[in-house]
Amino acid sequence: MIRLSNVEKEYESGTAALRGISLRIEDGEFVFLVGPSGSGKSTIIKLLTGEITPTAGQIAVNGFSLTNIAERQIPLLRRSIGIIFQDFRLIEKKTVYENLSFAMRAVGASPREIKKRIPYVLELVGLEEKTDRYPNEISGGEQQRVAIARALINNPSTIIADEPTGNLDPARSLEIMRLLERINQLGTTMVVVTHEKDLVNQFKKRVITLDQGLITGDGDGVGYNAR
Amino acid sequence: MRKHDFTYFFGEGVRNMFSHGFMSFAAVGITVACLVVMGTFSLVAYNAQVQLRQLESEYEILAFVDENCDEAQTAAVGRAIEQRENVKDCVFISKEAAIESFEEKYEGDELFQNLDPEILRDRYAVFVYDLNDAGETAQDIKDNVEGVAKVRVDEDIAGGFIALRNVAGVVCVALITILLLVSIFIISNTIKLTTFDRRDEIAIMKMVGATNGFIRWPFVYEGFMIGLLSAVLGFGFQWLLYESVAKSLMMSDRLQLLTIVDFTTIWQPVAAIFAAAGILIGVGGSLTAIRKFLHV
Repeated sequence: MIRLSNVEKEYESGTAALRGISLRIEDGEFVFLVGPSGSGKSTIIKLLTGEITPTAGQIAVNGFSLTNIAERQIPLLRRSIGIIFQDFRLIEKKTVYENLSFAMRAVGASPREIKKRIPYVLELVGLEEKTDRYPNEISGGEQQRVAIARALINNPSTIIADEPTGNLDPARSLEIMRLLERINQLGTTMVVVTHEKDLVNQFKKRVITLDQGLITGDGDGVGYNAR
Repeated sequence: MRKHDFTYFFGEGVRNMFSHGFMSFAAVGITVACLVVMGTFSLVAYNAQVQLRQLESEYEILAFVDENCDEAQTAAVGRAIEQRENVKDCVFISKEAAIESFEEKYEGDELFQNLDPEILRDRYAVFVYDLNDAGETAQDIKDNVEGVAKVRVDEDIAGGFIALRNVAGVVCVALITILLLVSIFIISNTIKLTTFDRRDEIAIMKMVGATNGFIRWPFVYEGFMIGLLSAVLGFGFQWLLYESVAKSLMMSDRLQLLTIVDFTTIWQPVAAIFAAAGILIGVGGSLTAIRKFLHV
Protein backbone atom coordinates (compact mmCIF):
# COMPACT_ATOMS: atom_id res chain seq x y z
CA MET A 1 0.00 0.00 0.00
CA ILE A 2 1.15 3.53 -0.77
CA ARG A 3 0.01 6.42 1.41
CA LEU A 4 0.96 10.09 1.18
CA SER A 5 -0.38 12.47 3.80
CA ASN A 6 -0.03 16.27 3.38
CA VAL A 7 3.29 15.80 1.58
CA GLU A 8 5.27 18.88 0.65
CA LYS A 9 8.55 19.01 -1.17
CA GLU A 10 10.62 22.10 -1.69
CA TYR A 11 14.00 21.74 -3.40
CA GLU A 12 17.11 23.63 -2.30
CA SER A 13 16.63 25.94 -5.29
CA GLY A 14 13.38 27.09 -3.66
CA THR A 15 11.09 25.32 -6.16
CA ALA A 16 7.97 23.98 -4.44
CA ALA A 17 7.41 20.70 -6.34
CA LEU A 18 4.62 19.36 -4.11
CA ARG A 19 2.34 21.55 -2.04
CA GLY A 20 0.58 19.35 0.46
CA ILE A 21 -0.78 16.32 -1.38
CA SER A 22 -2.51 13.30 0.13
CA LEU A 23 -3.34 10.06 -1.65
CA ARG A 24 -3.79 6.39 -0.97
CA ILE A 25 -3.16 3.51 -3.38
CA GLU A 26 -4.34 0.08 -2.23
CA ASP A 27 -2.51 -3.19 -2.86
CA GLY A 28 -3.29 -4.58 -6.32
CA GLU A 29 -4.57 -1.28 -7.75
CA PHE A 30 -3.70 0.06 -11.22
CA VAL A 31 -3.28 3.83 -11.13
CA PHE A 32 -2.33 6.38 -13.76
CA LEU A 33 -0.50 9.41 -12.41
CA VAL A 34 -0.89 12.14 -15.00
CA GLY A 35 -0.08 15.80 -15.35
CA PRO A 36 1.92 18.28 -17.40
CA SER A 37 5.67 18.77 -17.07
CA GLY A 38 6.60 20.31 -13.72
CA SER A 39 3.39 19.11 -12.07
CA GLY A 40 5.32 17.01 -9.52
CA LYS A 41 5.08 13.49 -11.02
CA SER A 42 8.83 12.83 -11.00
CA THR A 43 9.10 14.21 -7.48
CA ILE A 44 6.51 11.66 -6.31
CA ILE A 45 8.51 8.82 -7.89
CA LYS A 46 11.71 10.02 -6.21
CA LEU A 47 9.90 10.22 -2.88
CA LEU A 48 8.39 6.75 -3.26
CA THR A 49 11.79 5.18 -4.05
CA GLY A 50 13.58 6.91 -1.16
CA GLU A 51 15.78 8.97 -3.46
CA ILE A 52 14.68 12.17 -1.71
CA THR A 53 12.82 12.92 1.52
CA PRO A 54 9.75 15.15 1.88
CA THR A 55 10.02 18.63 3.36
CA ALA A 56 6.80 17.96 5.30
CA GLY A 57 4.15 15.26 5.62
CA GLN A 58 4.13 11.47 5.93
CA ILE A 59 4.83 8.79 3.32
CA ALA A 60 4.39 5.03 3.73
CA VAL A 61 5.23 2.49 1.01
CA ASN A 62 4.77 -1.27 1.37
CA GLY A 63 5.11 -1.04 5.14
CA PHE A 64 8.10 1.34 5.17
CA SER A 65 7.69 4.80 6.65
CA LEU A 66 9.77 7.05 4.41
CA THR A 67 9.61 10.18 6.52
CA ASN A 68 12.67 9.22 8.51
CA ILE A 69 13.78 5.93 6.98
CA ALA A 70 17.27 4.70 7.94
CA GLU A 71 19.72 4.50 5.05
CA ARG A 72 20.19 0.75 5.53
CA GLN A 73 16.43 0.24 5.07
CA ILE A 74 16.35 1.87 1.63
CA PRO A 75 17.64 -1.21 -0.27
CA LEU A 76 14.88 -3.26 1.40
CA LEU A 77 12.27 -0.68 0.37
CA ARG A 78 13.55 -0.74 -3.22
CA ARG A 79 13.36 -4.53 -3.35
CA SER A 80 9.61 -4.21 -2.77
CA ILE A 81 9.30 -1.86 -5.77
CA GLY A 82 10.08 -2.49 -9.43
CA ILE A 83 10.88 0.62 -11.46
CA ILE A 84 10.51 1.07 -15.21
CA PHE A 85 11.95 4.10 -17.00
CA GLN A 86 11.18 5.78 -20.29
CA ASP A 87 14.77 5.22 -21.52
CA PHE A 88 14.81 1.56 -20.38
CA ARG A 89 18.19 1.91 -18.60
CA LEU A 90 19.51 -1.48 -19.63
CA ILE A 91 23.21 -2.30 -19.39
CA GLU A 92 24.40 -2.30 -22.99
CA LYS A 93 27.30 -4.67 -22.36
CA LYS A 94 25.08 -7.36 -20.89
CA THR A 95 22.68 -9.71 -22.69
CA VAL A 96 18.97 -9.82 -21.87
CA TYR A 97 19.62 -12.77 -19.55
CA GLU A 98 22.57 -11.02 -17.89
CA ASN A 99 20.57 -7.82 -17.35
CA LEU A 100 18.03 -9.84 -15.41
CA SER A 101 20.52 -12.03 -13.52
CA PHE A 102 22.41 -8.84 -12.59
CA ALA A 103 19.25 -7.47 -10.94
CA MET A 104 18.68 -10.75 -9.08
CA ARG A 105 22.33 -10.97 -8.01
CA ALA A 106 22.11 -7.45 -6.64
CA VAL A 107 19.59 -8.61 -4.06
CA GLY A 108 21.56 -11.74 -3.14
CA ALA A 109 19.71 -14.42 -5.16
CA SER A 110 21.54 -17.72 -5.61
CA PRO A 111 22.48 -19.09 -9.08
CA ARG A 112 19.79 -21.76 -8.68
CA GLU A 113 17.06 -19.16 -7.97
CA ILE A 114 18.23 -17.12 -10.94
CA LYS A 115 18.10 -20.09 -13.34
CA LYS A 116 14.59 -20.89 -12.20
CA ARG A 117 13.13 -17.37 -12.20
CA ILE A 118 14.47 -15.79 -15.40
CA PRO A 119 12.82 -18.18 -17.94
CA TYR A 120 9.47 -17.71 -16.17
CA VAL A 121 9.64 -13.90 -16.30
CA LEU A 122 10.95 -13.82 -19.88
CA GLU A 123 8.03 -15.98 -20.93
CA LEU A 124 5.65 -13.65 -19.12
CA VAL A 125 6.90 -10.66 -21.13
CA GLY A 126 7.18 -12.68 -24.36
CA LEU A 127 10.96 -12.60 -24.74
CA GLU A 128 11.89 -16.22 -24.18
CA GLU A 129 13.55 -16.30 -27.62
CA LYS A 130 15.77 -13.28 -26.98
CA THR A 131 17.76 -14.32 -23.93
CA ASP A 132 21.20 -14.07 -25.55
CA ARG A 133 20.62 -10.81 -27.41
CA TYR A 134 22.23 -7.54 -26.40
CA PRO A 135 19.96 -4.48 -25.93
CA ASN A 136 21.13 -2.89 -29.18
CA GLU A 137 20.14 -6.05 -31.07
CA ILE A 138 16.44 -5.80 -30.15
CA SER A 139 13.70 -3.24 -30.85
CA GLY A 140 12.65 -0.41 -28.52
CA GLY A 141 9.48 -2.25 -27.55
CA GLU A 142 11.50 -5.35 -26.74
CA GLN A 143 13.97 -3.31 -24.72
CA GLN A 144 11.08 -1.95 -22.68
CA ARG A 145 9.85 -5.52 -22.15
CA VAL A 146 13.31 -6.41 -20.81
CA ALA A 147 13.04 -3.41 -18.48
CA ILE A 148 9.62 -4.64 -17.35
CA ALA A 149 11.06 -8.14 -16.83
CA ARG A 150 13.85 -6.63 -14.75
CA ALA A 151 11.31 -4.69 -12.66
CA LEU A 152 9.39 -7.94 -12.11
CA ILE A 153 12.33 -10.24 -11.58
CA ASN A 154 12.59 -9.82 -7.81
CA ASN A 155 8.84 -10.26 -7.41
CA PRO A 156 8.05 -6.77 -6.07
CA SER A 157 4.64 -5.96 -4.66
CA THR A 158 4.55 -2.61 -6.53
CA ILE A 159 5.76 -1.49 -9.93
CA ILE A 160 6.27 2.18 -10.73
CA ALA A 161 6.54 2.93 -14.42
CA ASP A 162 7.86 6.38 -15.30
CA GLU A 163 6.67 7.27 -18.84
CA PRO A 164 7.13 3.64 -19.94
CA THR A 165 5.86 4.34 -23.46
CA GLY A 166 7.55 7.69 -23.99
CA ASN A 167 10.05 6.27 -26.52
CA LEU A 168 7.66 3.93 -28.35
CA ASP A 169 5.24 4.20 -31.26
CA PRO A 170 1.47 3.96 -30.53
CA ALA A 171 1.19 0.24 -31.39
CA ARG A 172 4.15 -0.72 -29.15
CA SER A 173 2.86 1.61 -26.44
CA LEU A 174 -0.46 -0.20 -26.38
CA GLU A 175 1.31 -3.58 -26.20
CA ILE A 176 3.39 -2.42 -23.26
CA MET A 177 0.38 -1.00 -21.45
CA ARG A 178 -1.54 -4.28 -21.94
CA LEU A 179 1.45 -6.17 -20.56
CA LEU A 180 1.45 -3.91 -17.48
CA GLU A 181 -2.27 -4.50 -17.11
CA ARG A 182 -1.71 -8.28 -17.24
CA ILE A 183 1.01 -8.05 -14.60
CA ASN A 184 -1.38 -6.02 -12.45
CA GLN A 185 -4.00 -8.73 -12.83
CA LEU A 186 -1.47 -11.16 -11.31
CA GLY A 187 -1.60 -9.05 -8.14
CA THR A 188 1.15 -6.43 -8.49
CA THR A 189 0.23 -2.83 -7.63
CA MET A 190 0.89 -0.69 -10.71
CA VAL A 191 1.57 3.05 -10.73
CA VAL A 192 2.04 4.38 -14.27
CA VAL A 193 3.25 7.93 -14.69
CA THR A 194 2.43 9.29 -18.12
CA HIS A 195 1.20 12.28 -20.03
CA GLU A 196 -0.20 10.31 -22.97
CA LYS A 197 -3.88 11.22 -22.89
CA ASP A 198 -5.02 8.81 -25.62
CA LEU A 199 -3.36 5.85 -24.00
CA VAL A 200 -4.79 6.63 -20.57
CA ASN A 201 -8.26 6.98 -22.01
CA GLN A 202 -8.14 3.51 -23.59
CA PHE A 203 -7.94 1.93 -20.12
CA LYS A 204 -10.69 2.43 -17.61
CA LYS A 205 -8.44 2.80 -14.59
CA ARG A 206 -8.06 5.17 -11.70
CA VAL A 207 -6.43 8.42 -12.82
CA ILE A 208 -4.76 10.85 -10.40
CA THR A 209 -4.13 14.23 -12.01
CA LEU A 210 -1.42 16.54 -10.74
CA ASP A 211 -0.91 20.18 -11.56
CA GLN A 212 1.61 22.60 -10.03
CA GLY A 213 2.26 20.33 -7.08
CA LEU A 214 -1.40 19.72 -6.23
CA ILE A 215 -3.85 16.89 -6.95
CA THR A 216 -6.52 18.32 -9.22
CA GLY A 217 -8.39 15.13 -10.01
CA ASP A 218 -8.70 11.57 -8.71
CA GLY A 219 -11.22 8.98 -9.87
CA ASP A 220 -11.89 5.62 -11.50
CA GLY A 221 -12.19 5.65 -15.27
CA VAL A 222 -12.49 9.43 -15.36
CA GLY A 223 -10.00 9.72 -18.20
CA TYR A 224 -7.38 12.38 -18.65
CA ASN A 225 -8.20 15.78 -20.07
CA ALA A 226 -4.80 17.31 -20.66
CA ARG A 227 -4.69 21.00 -21.28
CA MET B 1 30.26 -13.94 2.50
CA ARG B 2 28.68 -16.93 0.74
CA LYS B 3 30.74 -18.93 -1.74
CA HIS B 4 28.56 -18.00 -4.73
CA ASP B 5 28.76 -14.33 -3.71
CA PHE B 6 32.57 -14.51 -3.60
CA THR B 7 32.66 -16.22 -7.01
CA TYR B 8 30.31 -13.57 -8.41
CA PHE B 9 32.20 -10.58 -6.95
CA PHE B 10 35.55 -11.96 -8.05
CA GLY B 11 34.21 -12.77 -11.53
CA GLU B 12 32.66 -9.31 -11.85
CA GLY B 13 35.92 -7.70 -10.72
CA VAL B 14 37.93 -9.60 -13.35
CA ARG B 15 35.30 -8.98 -16.05
CA ASN B 16 35.16 -5.26 -15.25
CA MET B 17 38.94 -5.03 -15.40
CA PHE B 18 39.00 -6.51 -18.91
CA SER B 19 35.82 -4.90 -20.21
CA HIS B 20 37.24 -1.47 -19.34
CA GLY B 21 40.61 -2.44 -20.78
CA PHE B 22 41.99 0.97 -21.60
CA MET B 23 41.15 2.52 -18.23
CA SER B 24 42.51 -0.54 -16.42
CA PHE B 25 45.68 -0.23 -18.49
CA ALA B 26 45.89 3.48 -17.56
CA ALA B 27 45.35 2.71 -13.86
CA VAL B 28 48.00 -0.04 -13.92
CA GLY B 29 50.43 2.21 -15.80
CA ILE B 30 50.04 5.09 -13.35
CA THR B 31 50.25 2.80 -10.31
CA VAL B 32 53.42 1.18 -11.68
CA ALA B 33 54.93 4.62 -12.28
CA CYS B 34 54.03 5.76 -8.74
CA LEU B 35 55.39 2.57 -7.20
CA VAL B 36 58.65 2.78 -9.12
CA VAL B 37 59.12 6.45 -8.17
CA MET B 38 58.41 5.65 -4.51
CA GLY B 39 60.51 2.50 -4.66
CA THR B 40 63.47 4.26 -6.25
CA PHE B 41 63.38 6.99 -3.66
CA SER B 42 63.06 4.51 -0.81
CA LEU B 43 65.94 2.38 -2.10
CA VAL B 44 68.17 5.43 -2.52
CA ALA B 45 67.27 6.47 1.03
CA TYR B 46 67.90 2.92 2.29
CA ASN B 47 71.30 2.79 0.60
CA ALA B 48 72.15 6.20 2.07
CA GLN B 49 71.22 4.88 5.52
CA VAL B 50 73.37 1.78 5.01
CA GLN B 51 76.24 3.96 3.84
CA LEU B 52 75.79 6.21 6.84
CA ARG B 53 75.62 3.25 9.24
CA GLN B 54 78.82 1.91 7.74
CA LEU B 55 80.54 5.27 8.20
CA GLU B 56 79.20 5.39 11.75
CA SER B 57 80.53 1.92 12.45
CA GLU B 58 83.98 3.10 11.40
CA TYR B 59 83.81 6.03 13.81
CA GLU B 60 86.25 5.46 16.67
CA ILE B 61 87.24 6.88 20.02
CA LEU B 62 90.95 6.59 20.76
CA ALA B 63 91.94 5.71 24.35
CA PHE B 64 95.70 6.20 24.89
CA VAL B 65 97.36 3.92 27.44
CA ASP B 66 99.68 5.48 29.99
CA GLU B 67 103.29 4.85 28.94
CA ASN B 68 104.11 3.57 32.44
CA CYS B 69 101.74 0.60 32.08
CA ASP B 70 103.30 -2.79 31.48
CA GLU B 71 101.87 -5.43 29.14
CA ALA B 72 99.50 -6.92 31.75
CA GLN B 73 98.21 -3.51 32.81
CA THR B 74 97.67 -2.55 29.14
CA ALA B 75 95.63 -5.72 28.58
CA ALA B 76 93.61 -4.92 31.73
CA VAL B 77 92.83 -1.46 30.28
CA GLY B 78 91.42 -3.20 27.18
CA ARG B 79 89.22 -5.51 29.26
CA ALA B 80 87.95 -2.60 31.35
CA ILE B 81 87.05 -0.61 28.22
CA GLU B 82 85.22 -3.59 26.71
CA GLN B 83 82.98 -3.75 29.78
CA ARG B 84 81.60 -0.22 29.25
CA GLU B 85 77.93 -0.32 28.32
CA ASN B 86 78.06 1.52 24.98
CA VAL B 87 81.24 -0.18 23.73
CA LYS B 88 80.71 -2.49 20.78
CA ASP B 89 84.34 -3.34 20.10
CA CYS B 90 87.76 -2.39 21.31
CA VAL B 91 90.90 -2.98 19.19
CA PHE B 92 94.43 -2.70 20.53
CA ILE B 93 96.90 -0.68 18.44
CA SER B 94 100.51 -0.88 19.55
CA LYS B 95 102.72 2.19 19.28
CA GLU B 96 104.70 0.33 16.55
CA ALA B 97 101.54 -0.24 14.52
CA ALA B 98 100.52 3.36 15.12
CA ILE B 99 103.84 4.74 13.89
CA GLU B 100 103.67 2.47 10.84
CA SER B 101 100.24 3.74 10.01
CA PHE B 102 101.38 7.34 10.60
CA GLU B 103 104.34 6.88 8.24
CA GLU B 104 102.11 5.30 5.62
CA LYS B 105 99.82 8.29 5.83
CA TYR B 106 102.71 10.67 5.17
CA GLU B 107 104.53 8.45 2.70
CA GLY B 108 106.95 10.47 0.59
CA ASP B 109 107.44 13.11 3.27
CA GLU B 110 110.93 12.64 4.62
CA LEU B 111 110.13 14.59 7.78
CA PHE B 112 107.68 11.92 8.98
CA GLN B 113 109.67 8.81 8.14
CA ASN B 114 111.82 6.56 10.36
CA LEU B 115 110.32 7.89 13.57
CA ASP B 116 110.93 6.31 16.97
CA PRO B 117 107.82 4.41 18.14
CA GLU B 118 108.50 5.58 21.69
CA ILE B 119 107.20 9.02 20.82
CA LEU B 120 103.71 7.51 20.59
CA ARG B 121 101.56 5.64 23.14
CA ASP B 122 99.82 2.30 22.83
CA ARG B 123 96.12 2.93 22.23
CA TYR B 124 92.75 1.29 21.92
CA ALA B 125 90.38 2.10 19.06
CA VAL B 126 86.95 2.00 20.70
CA PHE B 127 83.80 1.47 18.60
CA VAL B 128 80.45 2.35 20.12
CA TYR B 129 76.84 1.20 19.62
CA ASP B 130 75.21 4.61 19.93
CA LEU B 131 76.96 7.65 18.54
CA ASN B 132 74.68 9.91 20.59
CA ASP B 133 76.51 8.75 23.72
CA ALA B 134 80.04 8.80 22.25
CA GLY B 135 81.06 11.84 24.35
CA GLU B 136 79.76 10.31 27.59
CA THR B 137 81.46 6.99 26.85
CA ALA B 138 84.77 8.76 26.23
CA GLN B 139 84.41 10.67 29.48
CA ASP B 140 83.54 7.47 31.33
CA ILE B 141 86.67 5.73 29.96
CA LYS B 142 88.84 8.69 30.86
CA ASP B 143 87.45 9.00 34.40
CA ASN B 144 86.97 5.38 35.37
CA VAL B 145 89.45 3.19 33.53
CA GLU B 146 92.75 3.05 35.30
CA GLY B 147 95.78 3.33 32.99
CA VAL B 148 94.12 5.55 30.40
CA ALA B 149 96.23 8.67 29.93
CA LYS B 150 94.09 10.47 27.40
CA VAL B 151 90.98 9.99 25.31
CA ARG B 152 90.41 11.51 21.89
CA VAL B 153 86.87 11.84 20.67
CA ASP B 154 85.67 13.97 17.81
CA GLU B 155 82.18 14.93 18.98
CA ASP B 156 81.60 17.21 15.99
CA ILE B 157 81.89 14.30 13.58
CA ALA B 158 79.61 12.16 15.78
CA GLY B 159 77.12 15.04 15.96
CA GLY B 160 77.32 15.45 12.19
CA PHE B 161 76.50 11.80 11.63
CA ILE B 162 73.57 11.97 14.04
CA ALA B 163 72.16 15.13 12.46
CA LEU B 164 72.57 13.69 8.96
CA ARG B 165 70.83 10.46 9.96
CA ASN B 166 67.94 12.30 11.64
CA VAL B 167 67.42 14.71 8.76
CA ALA B 168 67.64 11.89 6.21
CA GLY B 169 65.06 9.90 8.22
CA VAL B 170 62.57 12.77 8.47
CA VAL B 171 62.97 13.80 4.81
CA CYS B 172 62.62 10.18 3.75
CA VAL B 173 59.41 9.57 5.72
CA ALA B 174 57.92 12.92 4.62
CA LEU B 175 58.66 12.39 0.92
CA ILE B 176 57.40 8.80 0.91
CA THR B 177 54.17 9.89 2.65
CA ILE B 178 53.66 12.71 0.14
CA LEU B 179 54.34 10.36 -2.79
CA LEU B 180 51.93 7.77 -1.38
CA LEU B 181 49.15 10.35 -0.96
CA VAL B 182 49.77 11.77 -4.44
CA SER B 183 49.66 8.23 -5.84
CA ILE B 184 46.34 7.46 -4.13
CA PHE B 185 44.94 10.75 -5.45
CA ILE B 186 46.05 10.01 -9.01
CA ILE B 187 44.82 6.41 -8.90
CA SER B 188 41.55 7.49 -7.31
CA ASN B 189 40.99 9.95 -10.15
CA THR B 190 41.89 7.38 -12.78
CA ILE B 191 39.50 4.83 -11.26
CA LYS B 192 36.90 7.58 -10.88
CA LEU B 193 36.98 7.94 -14.67
CA THR B 194 36.37 4.21 -15.07
CA THR B 195 33.62 4.38 -12.46
CA PHE B 196 32.04 7.39 -14.14
CA ASP B 197 31.68 5.17 -17.16
CA ARG B 198 29.71 2.75 -14.98
CA ARG B 199 27.55 5.14 -13.00
CA ASP B 200 24.45 3.83 -14.82
CA GLU B 201 25.30 0.31 -13.74
CA ILE B 202 25.65 1.49 -10.14
CA ALA B 203 22.39 3.46 -10.38
CA ILE B 204 20.57 0.35 -11.67
CA MET B 205 22.00 -1.74 -8.84
CA LYS B 206 20.86 0.86 -6.32
CA MET B 207 17.44 1.00 -7.98
CA VAL B 208 16.82 -2.74 -7.67
CA GLY B 209 17.81 -2.67 -4.00
CA ALA B 210 21.48 -3.61 -3.92
CA THR B 211 23.25 -2.62 -0.71
CA ASN B 212 26.32 -0.37 -0.85
CA GLY B 213 28.41 -3.32 0.33
CA PHE B 214 27.25 -5.46 -2.59
CA ILE B 215 28.10 -2.67 -5.05
CA ARG B 216 31.51 -2.09 -3.52
CA TRP B 217 32.83 -5.66 -3.56
CA PRO B 218 33.48 -6.02 -7.32
CA PHE B 219 35.29 -2.66 -7.22
CA VAL B 220 37.35 -3.83 -4.25
CA TYR B 221 38.43 -6.95 -6.18
CA GLU B 222 39.09 -4.91 -9.29
CA GLY B 223 41.22 -2.45 -7.31
CA PHE B 224 42.95 -5.35 -5.58
CA MET B 225 43.87 -6.96 -8.89
CA ILE B 226 44.94 -3.69 -10.49
CA GLY B 227 47.10 -3.02 -7.41
CA LEU B 228 48.60 -6.50 -7.35
CA LEU B 229 49.32 -6.54 -11.08
CA SER B 230 50.91 -3.08 -10.77
CA ALA B 231 52.99 -4.30 -7.82
CA VAL B 232 54.31 -7.30 -9.79
CA LEU B 233 55.15 -5.17 -12.84
CA GLY B 234 56.53 -2.34 -10.72
CA PHE B 235 58.70 -4.74 -8.74
CA GLY B 236 60.13 -6.19 -11.98
CA PHE B 237 60.92 -2.69 -13.33
CA GLN B 238 62.40 -1.68 -9.99
CA TRP B 239 64.70 -4.70 -9.93
CA LEU B 240 65.93 -4.06 -13.47
CA LEU B 241 66.42 -0.35 -12.76
CA TYR B 242 68.25 -1.02 -9.49
CA GLU B 243 70.56 -3.62 -11.04
CA SER B 244 71.45 -1.40 -13.99
CA VAL B 245 72.13 1.66 -11.80
CA ALA B 246 74.14 -0.45 -9.32
CA LYS B 247 76.18 -1.90 -12.17
CA SER B 248 77.00 1.55 -13.58
CA LEU B 249 78.00 2.81 -10.12
CA MET B 250 80.25 -0.17 -9.54
CA MET B 251 81.92 0.41 -12.88
CA SER B 252 82.56 4.08 -12.14
CA ASP B 253 86.09 4.78 -10.84
CA ARG B 254 85.02 7.64 -8.61
CA LEU B 255 82.06 5.92 -6.99
CA GLN B 256 83.60 2.56 -6.22
CA LEU B 257 83.87 3.49 -2.54
CA LEU B 258 80.05 3.55 -2.30
CA THR B 259 78.51 0.43 -0.87
CA ILE B 260 75.46 -0.57 -2.94
CA VAL B 261 73.19 -3.05 -1.20
CA ASP B 262 72.79 -6.22 -3.25
CA PHE B 263 69.16 -6.42 -4.41
CA THR B 264 69.01 -10.17 -3.85
CA THR B 265 69.47 -9.54 -0.12
CA ILE B 266 66.48 -7.20 0.11
CA TRP B 267 64.08 -8.45 -2.61
CA GLN B 268 61.67 -10.09 -0.17
CA PRO B 269 60.85 -7.02 1.96
CA VAL B 270 60.84 -4.86 -1.20
CA ALA B 271 58.37 -7.28 -2.85
CA ALA B 272 56.17 -7.30 0.27
CA ILE B 273 56.18 -3.48 0.43
CA PHE B 274 55.37 -3.22 -3.30
CA ALA B 275 52.49 -5.68 -2.90
CA ALA B 276 51.13 -3.89 0.17
CA ALA B 277 51.49 -0.41 -1.39
CA GLY B 278 49.98 -1.59 -4.72
CA ILE B 279 46.98 -3.18 -3.01
CA LEU B 280 46.53 -0.17 -0.72
CA ILE B 281 46.63 2.21 -3.69
CA GLY B 282 44.35 0.00 -5.83
CA VAL B 283 41.69 -0.78 -3.22
CA GLY B 284 41.91 2.69 -1.58
CA GLY B 285 41.62 4.36 -4.98
CA SER B 286 38.61 2.20 -5.94
CA LEU B 287 36.74 2.83 -2.71
CA THR B 288 37.41 6.58 -2.84
CA ALA B 289 36.29 6.71 -6.46
CA ILE B 290 32.90 4.97 -6.07
CA ARG B 291 31.96 6.73 -2.85
CA LYS B 292 30.12 9.59 -4.51
CA PHE B 293 28.18 7.30 -6.85
CA LEU B 294 26.71 5.37 -3.95
CA HIS B 295 24.62 8.27 -2.71
CA VAL B 296 21.61 7.65 -4.99
